Amino acid sequence: MNFNDNNPLQRLIALLAKLPGLGPRSARRVVLSLMKKPEATLRPLAHALIEVADNMKSCAACGNLDTQDPCHICDDARRDRSMICVIEDVGDLWAMERSGIYRGLYHVLGGTLSALDGVGPDQLRIASLVRRIAESKQTTPVHEVILALNATLEGQTTAHYVAEQIGSSGISITRLAHGLPVGGELDYLDDGTLTAAFTARQKAS
Amino acid sequence: MPGASFMNWSEPAFVLSFRAHGEWDARVSVFSKNQGRYAGLVKGGQSSRHKNQWQPGHLVNATWRARLFEHLGTCTGEALRDYSAGILHLPLALAALSSACALIECATPERMALPALYDALAGLLPLDEGADDLARYVRFEGEVLKALGYGLDLSSCALTATTRDLVYISPKTGRAVNKDAAAPWAHQLLPLPRFLREAVMPEFSQVCEGLSVTGYFLERHVFPNLGAGALQAVTARRQRLLDLAEARTKTSGASEVA
Repeated sequence: MNFNDNNPLQRLIALLAKLPGLGPRSARRVVLSLMKKPEATLRPLAHALIEVADNMKSCAACGNLDTQDPCHICDDARRDRSMICVIEDVGDLWAMERSGIYRGLYHVLGGTLSALDGVGPDQLRIASLVRRIAESKQTTPVHEVILALNATLEGQTTAHYVAEQIGSSGISITRLAHGLPVGGELDYLDDGTLTAAFTARQKAS
Repeated sequence: MPGASFMNWSEPAFVLSFRAHGEWDARVSVFSKNQGRYAGLVKGGQSSRHKNQWQPGHLVNATWRARLFEHLGTCTGEALRDYSAGILHLPLALAALSSACALIECATPERMALPALYDALAGLLPLDEGADDLARYVRFEGEVLKALGYGLDLSSCALTATTRDLVYISPKTGRAVNKDAAAPWAHQLLPLPRFLREAVMPEFSQVCEGLSVTGYFLERHVFPNLGAGALQAVTARRQRLLDLAEARTKTSGASEVA
């Protein structure tokens, strides 16, 4: 089939091909699949996209992306407001939520300090974290900040910087452990992970 | 040089930087003894396996290939030693490693062998948080200056040629100056920390002095030649190291008083 640029199908394929994980070929397959069941998939997808586009907001408190501000997490009264987990991106927040292990609040930094990419402290939401902790003293004071940043040079440099910025507020600052993955075998681990696991060893009894 | 030609070489190299390239690949910069600093594309570099291996400060057995010399080239590698994993919890060591990688990445010419600087980087690692570790970093910056043609000459006095009582360094020539000979111009000269001349265990305050000396010459000779992005990258990382070192000076001074 030969399309010109004004063809809606061609535009849809071109737009889908820009998404992560999709190229022109897979975008064409997606469009074909959608067109085969327009009522079951195409229309609901279009409605969902419009709804999200119309209502998408960035939470002023934590930086999460949601359809309301404050987001569902910040708005949830059952959450533990004395804990804030600092993460790099919204994707990390979703990963933490999937695990279901944490019931506190989050703070999305929006990246990590990267001098090579020109990302300094002003480009990240560090000042708003400091402000948030200070303001929490009037309602439910924050007792612990968990730094859940990537175990990379830039991730940990950012973690140390954030810890310095909030260190004077007298709250407990913790970070996620680095080491053996669940199901990992020592024999197959890389030196770095093994070193980190060894450094962070704990008492067995 | 082991297994090398212009468009295909394989040897141990330190990873200097890692950046995402497109959705799956990564662009890395490596620094080897016989080839110097090379950039290369790592296919599938953003997978967890590769990302782990190509972190700044890691030593890998790198293989670089390109069809033409002017091409970016592709990089493959096998991890040899991971120098950053053990220091992720040490802010000062992390800042020193980060600054060292940025200095080589931004200030050295690409594809030019600098074996002495490679040896200096290898001698710097592994890092810890002691004053002697930072002293090694200051010496490393001295090697960067030397590799770029602005080396400091601390062997003898610039005025009298004596090798005794060298306590100053000339900001113009980068040469050491004797205490007595320097008396009329002492206020115009930079202090020469003892650990840069002799094998002594320095204190944090002396290390900060050393960082100021190398910083002065880097700012005078090296930084003016850098582009805005590279300059920002180097100075931001170096400033972070300076801030942490000065904070450590204060805390170590306070503990001594206590």
